[in-house]
Amino acid sequence: MSSSAMYERMRANPKFQELVAKRGRFAWTLAFIVLTMFYGFVMTVAFSPASLGQPVSEGSRVTVGVVIELFMFIFFWVLTAVYVRRANTEFDALTQEIIRDAWKESK
Amino acid sequence: MRTSNYIFAALSLLTASGLAVAAGPAMEGEIQQQATNWHAIIMFVIFVTMTMGITYWAASRTKSTSDFYTAGGGITGFQNGLAIAGDYMSAATLLGLTAMVYGKGYDGYIYMMAFFAGWPIILFLMAERLRNLGRFTFSDITAYRLDQGKVRTMAAISSLIVVCFYLIAQMVGAGQLIKLLFGLEYNVAIFAVGILMMVYVTFGGMVATTWVQIIKACMLLAGGTLVMFLAFSQFGFSFENLLDKAMSMHTLGDKLMSPGALLADPVTAISLGLGLMFGTAGLPHILMRFFTVTDAKEARKSVLYASGFVAYFFNVIFLMGLCAILIVGQNPEFFEGGEVGKKLIGGGNMVAMHLAKAVGGDMLLGFLAAVAFATILAVVSGLALAGASAISHDLYARVIKKGTASEAAEIRVSKIATICLGAVAIVLGILFEKQNIAFMVGLAFGVAAAANFPVLILSMYWKGLTTRGALFGGYSGLISAVAFVVFSKSVWVDVLGNAAPLFPYTQPALFAMPIAFLMAFIMSKTDGSVRAKAEIDAFEDQYVRAQTGYGASGAASH
Repeated sequence: MSSSAMYERMRANPKFQELVAKRGRFAWTLAFIVLTMFYGFVMTVAFSPASLGQPVSEGSRVTVGVVIELFMFIFFWVLTAVYVRRANTEFDALTQEIIRDAWKESK
Repeated sequence: MRTSNYIFAALSLLTASGLAVAAGPAMEGEIQQQATNWHAIIMFVIFVTMTMGITYWAASRTKSTSDFYTAGGGITGFQNGLAIAGDYMSAATLLGLTAMVYGKGYDGYIYMMAFFAGWPIILFLMAERLRNLGRFTFSDITAYRLDQGKVRTMAAISSLIVVCFYLIAQMVGAGQLIKLLFGLEYNVAIFAVGILMMVYVTFGGMVATTWVQIIKACMLLAGGTLVMFLAFSQFGFSFENLLDKAMSMHTLGDKLMSPGALLADPVTAISLGLGLMFGTAGLPHILMRFFTVTDAKEARKSVLYASGFVAYFFNVIFLMGLCAILIVGQNPEFFEGGEVGKKLIGGGNMVAMHLAKAVGGDMLLGFLAAVAFATILAVVSGLALAGASAISHDLYARVIKKGTASEAAEIRVSKIATICLGAVAIVLGILFEKQNIAFMVGLAFGVAAAANFPVLILSMYWKGLTTRGALFGGYSGLISAVAFVVFSKSVWVDVLGNAAPLFPYTQPALFAMPIAFLMAFIMSKTDGSVRAKAEIDAFEDQYVRAQTGYGASGAASH
C-alpha cells in the first residue's frame, strides 16, 4: 500500500486534527513566551539598561539583571522539559493511535 | 563604532564554534609562542589515543551511507544531547566567554543568554519535524516536495559557504590557541588538527564524530565545573561575597553587574539576537545531529539534555569569570612584566587557563588546555562531516547521479570530500594566519540565518512555498547576507582598507532575513506554473508525515 493512501487516511482521522491543533497551540504558546521574554529582555538592555543594574534589595550587590537572567535560564529549560514531557507521552500516544487506525482501515 | 567593534569581536570569539581568537580587542598584537606545556600534551595524547580507539571501533560499524552520515540513526537522546552540547560549546565558549565576564562583567552574561535562547525555539518549532522529514542533510527537508536538483544545489552551496567560513575561523583560532597553550608551531598545529579531523571523519563517520563530541563535552563539563568549584570555594560559595569583592577591585566598580556599552545600540542588539537565535537553527552541522536519533521522541530529548548542559555550563563560566577577576586579576604572576592590570600573559583569552593554573596548578591547566584542543577537534569534525555530506549526498548522489548512485560510491565520494575539505581547511588556515578573521563567523551565522533558516522553516510550515520561491528566497538571503557583511566595517574597512563602511551595522540578520522571507513569499505567490501547483498539493502528505513521523527513516529501516 502506498504511503500516500496512508497519509490520506490519517488526515481524515479526527484524531489527527486533534493532535495538530493541540500540539500546535501548545508549541506556539511556549515559543511565544520564550520569544517575548527574550526580546523583551534585549529591548530592556538596549533602551533601559539602568533598570537591570539596580540592586535586588537594599545593600545587596546582586542586581535585578542577574536575577532575571538566571531565572530565564532556568525557566526556559523548564519549558523545554514541560514540552518534551507532554509531547513524548500524550502527543506520541495520540500519534501511535492515528497510525494504528490507518493500518487497521487498510486491512 | 567602538561598540560594534566590540560586538563583532565578541561574537566571533564566542559564537558556538567560532574560534576567532585573533579578533578580540584583548588579543591585539602578535601572539607569543609559549613554552612547551608537557602536562597538556600528555593529556591530549591520552584523548587522541582514546578517540582513535573509538574511531577504529566505529570504522567496523560504518558500512552503509546511513551509518556514515547519521550513525545509523541509533544514537540515544541523552548521547545526542551531549554531542550537540559538544558541537555547540567550543573552546571559544570556554575561553572567550570567561574572558568577557572577566573584562565586561554582566555583558558577558547577556551574550550567554543570546546563545542559549535559540534552543527552546528549535525544540518547540523544529526538532520533531526535522527528525520526521529529514534523513541525512537538512536539504532532504527543503527538497522534499520541491525540485530536487535546483533546491539541493542551493542548499549545498549555502551549507558549504557556512562550513568553509566556519572552518577557517576554527583553524586559524586553533593554530593560535595551540601555539599559546601547547607551545607548538602554528603550522604544526594546523596540520595536526586537519589530519586528525580527516582520520576521525573518513574512517569513523558520524559514529566516531559523535563519540569525539560526547567525550569532549564530558571533559569540558567536568573541567569547567572543577575549576569553578575550586575557585568559588575561596569565597565560601557566597555569591554576594564574591560580587562584593569583585566590584571593589574591578575597574567597572558598581557597574560590574549592569548592562554596559556592548549592546547599547538597539538595531545591533536585535540583529545580533536574531542572528544567533536563527543562525543556530540554520547551521548544517547542528541540524544534521537531529538525524542521528531513532525518532522524534529522542530528538526532543536531545534538545532537553543539550540545552540543560549548555545552560548549566554558561552559568559555570559566569562564576569562573567573576572569580577570575579576583584570583587572576590580582596576581602579578599572570601579567606581563608582573604588572597587575596591564596585559595578561598570552592575551585576554587566557583568563580561564590562568584561573585553572591558579586554583589547580599545572595538572589542571594541562587538563583544561587538552580540553580546549579536544573541543576544536570535535567542532571541526562535525563541520567537515556536514560539508562532506552536502557534497556527496546532495550534489553527487541527488543532483549529479539523480538518486542512482550506489551506497558504496556515495560513501567513497563523501570520504574523498572529507579529505578535500581537510586539505582546504589546512591551506586556508595557513593562508589566513595573519588575516583579520573576525567577520567569518558573523558571515557564517548570517548566511545560516538568512539563507538556510527561512527556506527550511517555510518548507516545513508554509504550504504555498514553491521551487521558484525557495530559490529566490535562499539565494537572495545568501547574497544579501554576504553583501551586508562585505560592506560592513569588519570587511570593507578592516580588511579592504576603505575609509568608511557602506553598511552601518555589523550584524546582517535583521536586514537579510526579511529579504529572504519576502522574496520566498512573493516569488511563490506569483508562481502560476503547473509544477508549482503540484508542489503545493504535495504539502498535504508532507504535513502528515511531519506531524506523525509515519514513513520517516528510522534505525529499524536497515
